[in-house]
Amino acid sequence: MTSLPLTPSAKRLGLVIDLDICVGCQACVVNCKEWNTGGYAAPLSDVNPYGAETDGAWLNRVHALEVGEGKNSRTIHFPKSCLHCDDAPCVTACPTGASYKRQDDGIVLVDESKCIGCGLCAWSCPYGAREMDLAGGVMKKCTLCVDRIYNENIPEAQRQPACVNTCPASARHFGDFNDPDSNVSEMVRERGGYDLMPEMGTRPTNKYLPPRAKQQDKPSCVGSETAASTQVAAQGGFLGWLDDILSMGA
Amino acid sequence: MHPAYSIIFFTTLSGAGYGLLFLLSLGFLPADRLLGVASLGLSAAMIVVGLLSSTFHLGHPERAWRALTQWRSSWLSREGCMAIITFAPMAWLAYDWLIHGTFNSIAGTLTAICCVITVYCTAMIYGSVKTVRHWNNGYTPLVYLSFALATGGVAYLFVAFLMGYSYGWMPWHAIVALVIAWVIKAIYWRHVDNGRSISDAGTATGLGYMGKVKLIDPPHSEENYLLKEMGYTIARKHAHKLRGISVVLCFVLPILTAILIGLVQIELLQVLAALVGFASVIAGTLTVRWLYFAEAKHTVTLYYGAERA
Ligand code: SF4
Ligand code: SF4
Ligand code: SF4
Repeated sequence: MTSLPLTPSAKRLGLVIDLDICVGCQACVVNCKEWNTGGYAAPLSDVNPYGAETDGAWLNRVHALEVGEGKNSRTIHFPKSCLHCDDAPCVTACPTGASYKRQDDGIVLVDESKCIGCGLCAWSCPYGAREMDLAGGVMKKCTLCVDRIYNENIPEAQRQPACVNTCPASARHFGDFNDPDSNVSEMVRERGGYDLMPEMGTRPTNKYLPPRAKQQDKPSCVGSETAASTQVAAQGGFLGWLDDILSMGA
Repeated sequence: MHPAYSIIFFTTLSGAGYGLLFLLSLGFLPADRLLGVASLGLSAAMIVVGLLSSTFHLGHPERAWRALTQWRSSWLSREGCMAIITFAPMAWLAYDWLIHGTFNSIAGTLTAICCVITVYCTAMIYGSVKTVRHWNNGYTPLVYLSFALATGGVAYLFVAFLMGYSYGWMPWHAIVALVIAWVIKAIYWRHVDNGRSISDAGTATGLGYMGKVKLIDPPHSEENYLLKEMGYTIARKHAHKLRGISVVLCFVLPILTAILIGLVQIELLQVLAALVGFASVIAGTLTVRWLYFAEAKHTVTLYYGAERA
C-alpha cells in the first residue's frame, strides 16, 4: 500500500550524520555499495563499469562543499542517503505499491518485484536519494541496511548499517529517534541536529549535526612560533643559554 | 528534467484524443455512422497510442497493470484508472452512434466528464511533484486542460470537414479554444520566469547560515541517473527560441488556418487547411511539452552546484 502508515511508527530508525567529523574518505559510500550489491535483493548494478562512461546505482554519496568566503570559508564533506522521511512523498507518489514505509520502524523500502521503474518516486524525493538500477529496471534506495540491523547471523556488535560500521571517524550514527534516551536523540539535542530542506514538508528522520564553530582566537602560525622562542629564552638553563649565544649573532 | 519522448508523446497525443472525445461527446455533430467511425476512431487512436507510448519508458512495462492499484495516493495510478474507466462510457457512446446511428446523451455526458477528469489526473502527475516548481503550481492543470481542448478542437475541425460536415461555427470555436490555451500558457511562462524556488543550496544542506554553499568536488566523476534524469538543463536562449517556435506552431498557424477555413468556402482548401492546422498544433504541443520538461529544475540540482532550483 503506498499510502503512508496511518499511525506513527513505534520506532523511528534512522541516522545522524555529523558534518563536523566527516572527512570525506568515501568509506561509507564504498561499503554501502559492497554490502548492498550482495544484499537481500538483486545486485546494485553498474553500467559499463570499466569503460569511459561509467554509470551505476549507489545508495549513499558524499559531496564536498565549500561554505562561506575567503578566510572564513570551510570545507565540509556532506554524505547523503535516504532520510526515511515521515511524510515520504516518494511513497505516496508510487503508483504500484512498490514503495512503502514500514509501520514498525519507519524504514522506507522498495519491493523490487512490484516496481515498474517509472521513476516517479525519484522525481518526488527532494534529496536525490533514489537511483534507478538501469540493469534491473527497478528503483533502488537506502534500506537502512534492514538486512543487517535485524540479522541474527552476524555478531551483535555489527548489527548496524554498513556505512555506520565502516566509518573510520564515527561521523555516522544509527538509532531510534522515538527513544528520547537513544544515542541519536541525545546527539540531536546536544548539537542541534537539523532537517534538510524542511520547507519540502517531508519531515525526514535522519538528522545532520552542524560543524562546530571555528576557534577564532587561536593564534596564527607565525605568532605561535615567536611565542615559543620567547618562552624558551625565558626558560633559562641550557636551552636558554644556547638561545642567547645564537641570538647574539643575529 | 529530462524530456523523455515517450512521456511527451503520451501527454500530447492522449491530451488531443481526450479533447476530441470531449467535443464529440457534447453531441454537436449528427450521429452519422461514417463520421462516427472517423472521429471516434481518431480520438481512440490518439488515446491508445499515447497510453502505450507512456509505458515505453518503464523499466518493467509488463508490470504496468500494477500501476492501477494505488489510486488512493498516487496521481499516476489515478490517471491509469481513469483512462480505463473512460473507455466504458466511450464504448457505450460509440455503440449507439455506430450501430444504431443515434446520439446517446447520457453516455455523452458521462464520457465528457471522464475526459475532463482523466486529463486533470495526467496534469496532476506533474502538478503534484513538489520538488519541481515549474510543475508544482495551479497553472499545470489549467495548461493541460486548455491544451487538450485546443488540440482536440483543431482535430475536431479537421475530422468534421474531412467527412463533409462543414459547419460555419466550427472554425471560430477552435479559435476561441486556441486563444484560451495561448493566454494560459503565456501566464504560465510569466509565472515560472518570475518565480523563485523556496529551496536553495543553503536549505538543501542546512549550511546557508554559514555563507554561500559551493560544490567543490562532486560525489562522482561521471553523470549518474540523478543528473541525467533530473539535472537536464537547457540554455536560456534556446528555450526562448523554442518558445517562439512553439507559439507559431501551436497557436499562430492553427488560428490562421481556422480563419482561412471560416472565410474561404472551397471545400478542398478547407480540408487541406484543417490538416495543416492539425499537424501544426500537434507539432507545437510536442515542442511545448518538451520545454515543459527541459525548463523544469529539480531540487536535487542544489546538491550539484545550483544555487536555486
Ligand atoms: S529521503 Fe527521499 S527517498 Fe528517502 S524517504 Fe525521503 S523522500 Fe523518500
Ligand atoms: S519507480 Fe518503482 S518504486 Fe518508484 S514510483 Fe515507480 S513503481 Fe514505485
Ligand atoms: S544504511 Fe545501509 S543502505 Fe543506507 S546508506 Fe548506509 S550502508 Fe547504504
